[in-house]
Amino acid sequence: MTWILLKLLRALVTMGLVLTFVFFVLRLSGDPTLVLLPDDVDQATREFYRAKWGLDAPLWEQYTSYLRALLQGDFGISFRNNIDAFQVVWDRVPKTALLGGTAIAIALLIGMPLGVLAAVYRDSWLDRTVMSIAVFGFSMPNFFLGILLILIFSLKLRVLPSSGSGTWAHLIMPAATLGTGFAAQIARYTRSSMIDVLSKPYMRTARSKGAGLTRRVSQHALPNASVPVVTILGIKVGEMLGWAVVTETVFAWPGIGRLLTSAVASRDLAVVQCIMILLAFTMVAANMVVDLVYGWLDPRVRVGARAQA
Amino acid sequence: MTALLRAEDLRKSYQVGRGGLFRRARRFNAVDGVSLTLNRGETLGVVGESGCGKSTLSRLVLGLSPHDSGEITFDGAPLPDEGSDDWRHLRRRMQLVYQDAAGALDPRQSIGTQIAEPLKIHNLPPERAEQALADVGLPQAMAARHPHELSGGQLQRVVIARALTLEPELMVMDEPVSALDVSIQAQIVNLIQDLQQARGMAYLFVSHDLSIVHHVADRVAVMYLGQVVEEAPKAAFYTRALHPYSKALLAAVPVPDPATRGRAAPRIGDPPNPAAPPTGCRFHPRCPHATEQCRVEAPALRDFGGRRAACHRIEELSQ
Amino acid sequence: MSALDRPALPARRWVWLATLSRLPVMVSVAAGFMLLMLFVTVFAQVIQPYAFDHVDLMNRMTPPVPLAGATWAHPMGTDTLGRDLFSRLLVAAQTSMLLSILGTCLGAVMGIALGFLAAHKGGLWDEVIMALVDFQAAMPWFIIALAILAFMGNSMAVFIAIMGLYGWETYARITRGLVLSAREQGYALAVRGLGAKPRRVYLHHILPNIAGPLIVQLTINFPNTILFETSLSFLGLGIRPPMTSLGQMLGEGRDYLINAWWLAVIPGLVIFLTTLSMSVLGDWLRVKLDPSLET
Repeated sequence: MTWILLKLLRALVTMGLVLTFVFFVLRLSGDPTLVLLPDDVDQATREFYRAKWGLDAPLWEQYTSYLRALLQGDFGISFRNNIDAFQVVWDRVPKTALLGGTAIAIALLIGMPLGVLAAVYRDSWLDRTVMSIAVFGFSMPNFFLGILLILIFSLKLRVLPSSGSGTWAHLIMPAATLGTGFAAQIARYTRSSMIDVLSKPYMRTARSKGAGLTRRVSQHALPNASVPVVTILGIKVGEMLGWAVVTETVFAWPGIGRLLTSAVASRDLAVVQCIMILLAFTMVAANMVVDLVYGWLDPRVRVGARAQA
Repeated sequence: MTALLRAEDLRKSYQVGRGGLFRRARRFNAVDGVSLTLNRGETLGVVGESGCGKSTLSRLVLGLSPHDSGEITFDGAPLPDEGSDDWRHLRRRMQLVYQDAAGALDPRQSIGTQIAEPLKIHNLPPERAEQALADVGLPQAMAARHPHELSGGQLQRVVIARALTLEPELMVMDEPVSALDVSIQAQIVNLIQDLQQARGMAYLFVSHDLSIVHHVADRVAVMYLGQVVEEAPKAAFYTRALHPYSKALLAAVPVPDPATRGRAAPRIGDPPNPAAPPTGCRFHPRCPHATEQCRVEAPALRDFGGRRAACHRIEELSQ
Repeated sequence: MSALDRPALPARRWVWLATLSRLPVMVSVAAGFMLLMLFVTVFAQVIQPYAFDHVDLMNRMTPPVPLAGATWAHPMGTDTLGRDLFSRLLVAAQTSMLLSILGTCLGAVMGIALGFLAAHKGGLWDEVIMALVDFQAAMPWFIIALAILAFMGNSMAVFIAIMGLYGWETYARITRGLVLSAREQGYALAVRGLGAKPRRVYLHHILPNIAGPLIVQLTINFPNTILFETSLSFLGLGIRPPMTSLGQMLGEGRDYLINAWWLAVIPGLVIFLTTLSMSVLGDWLRVKLDPSLET
């Protein structure tokens, strides 16, 4: 159990470091009142707001009081609309979760079968075609794919809405945009993982016992091959969050990413920090889950995980 | 005259496997109390089966890996700390020739660059590289080649040439020919002897092959499980070995001597696990003459007029 | 210099030519495109027909050549201010390439140096460096970069630093592992036994011998770095007007999709072809150079 505690401790330290890093970089980068307040307000008003947002204290005191508030679950007040920053962020979470979840589902539903096919028919024309498509898939910049989709389906064919959310039709293009790159990556990982598993002795045993190809693949190979694939998904969460910001911007999808770009533009410190903490937490948690799953499956990883790095 | 190299009660142990949080890693003693001396211009042959610690010994006496206890003096002075400036300067005077010549050369550099490298390191005149190449019998054109273009014998010549550029006083040969074809072995052995004659270097010649050691050595030391069990001048050793293990080794070698032919060779089994050596005399499980005393009491290395051996029953057995 | 140092050059040159002639078609095309991009990176200012920021309000939003209303004076058309799209594309590609190359090199140099340091020093150094690696890998770096850039404003130095910090941890981790195993190889031990200082062993022997996998990693990282730069510029946070980059052009063109789709599509296509070419090259190199992948 020691290794779980160590992992937890490590995750906590990472969170703390991200928190501190973001806090100091953002505070040192300029005075938010210069952006948020009109240019012509007098010095007194400026000072009033600086005091109200706690920007007049020395940096170190700001940091400690910020930490103290965080521990009590207080993420501060949004400078822009004067309400609880956490509430502002939390309202957007379902939208991003919906987008991300759909994209992951698309990635798995397209990527895994293609990867399995490529592995089973290794070095055939099918394998080469799938892998070529995969290279195209993950070389395609997210924002460019989104724009192409808008051009074709919204502006030329006029079948799908180009922005906003609300109906299922709104979800299709953003989710496809976000999911394509990951589908390509998953196809590649599934292929190599399947090839690895298919060469194992127990696969030959299954074959000698007369199990058919479909049965061998679905019952024996795929469950073993999907473990590394799922863990890859966990590791890629950070990358996915980054792409989600871009995708949400392209399609004006009202999730965390859009909130971040607008909060960042208006220097809404509390909201930006709250988003950072939330995203870092998501990422650290995803990595934790991957580590735990891996350690649970393979006891060798528990001690000296870095020995084979 | 002081000996060129003197080792006193040398010990070195290695960890076996990984230790855990609550489990101490096991250790085994690769070299376990070895003492030896080597004079200038002399060749000491060290023989023994694989795993007896002779390769470890050759790295220890050069200071390439640190020893746990004991003392090594080179030309009267103790070896400096590994990696220190003094240690690096001392490389000029002592060099190692490896069993795996191909592995000891950088696959990405030309032969010429590699032979010249020691000279760059120690700021010595670069002409020595060409001389060294000629001394080992390789054409100058070889300098432009890369290691993968050379044969095993040529590679070993290159490794020897690289060591020669430094004009060392001591060369440790760690199984220098055992990886080579038999026909090439003779050439390299002759080269090694010619070089010694021309340059007066001392050799510590480590090998499992008694007939090659017979060819090159002045004195022979036999190692068994990290310890020296017998040491004698070559002639004395090959005509009348004292230790039962030495006798067994010699019996396994085809010797062109009618007097010894036909004598029943003592059959000995596989060597025991060096990580868990037997109690008492380490050779007792394989020794045809072992007694109760051999099982419990480790024999000391005793002097027998210019030679040494570690066996309780030498007096009885040599009658 | 003695005659011994002369390498066998002629033979090796022919080997290279022979390899080139046997390249797969896709790889040749990808290599050709990357060479073109490098050419543009160096000579953008020489080729461009107009200054990239030359405003011509009389010729706004002209379409590219095959379309109706196009002129050969502006083969790729003009933007909303009448600036020549071809010239802008050249300069934008130059900026994106330079930034990505610089970012990749910074990250690689830093990561490789830290990897060597961790392997060489061991102990506490190793622990601290590897903790930093884990920390960097656990940070949502794109998003943090986005926030830093937004708050720090339009600073090229900050942008380059952020690009350099992107991906360094991969090099550090790989280098450390490679050095640890290379150090125990016979050739490294032998050179040490000749009296060489660690510096010589690392720089003259280990580095050339582990260069293959590191170059592969470089080609794998490069497309990601391009995407990193173009994404941030696309969001209006990396390269900002009056300068231009491929991402910035695409972000600007996005507002005119209905009337002038080419403003977004042309720079987007260039980004796509660049990342695609590098991926194809990277895959090919990986098979060629990384022996650990031969299964």
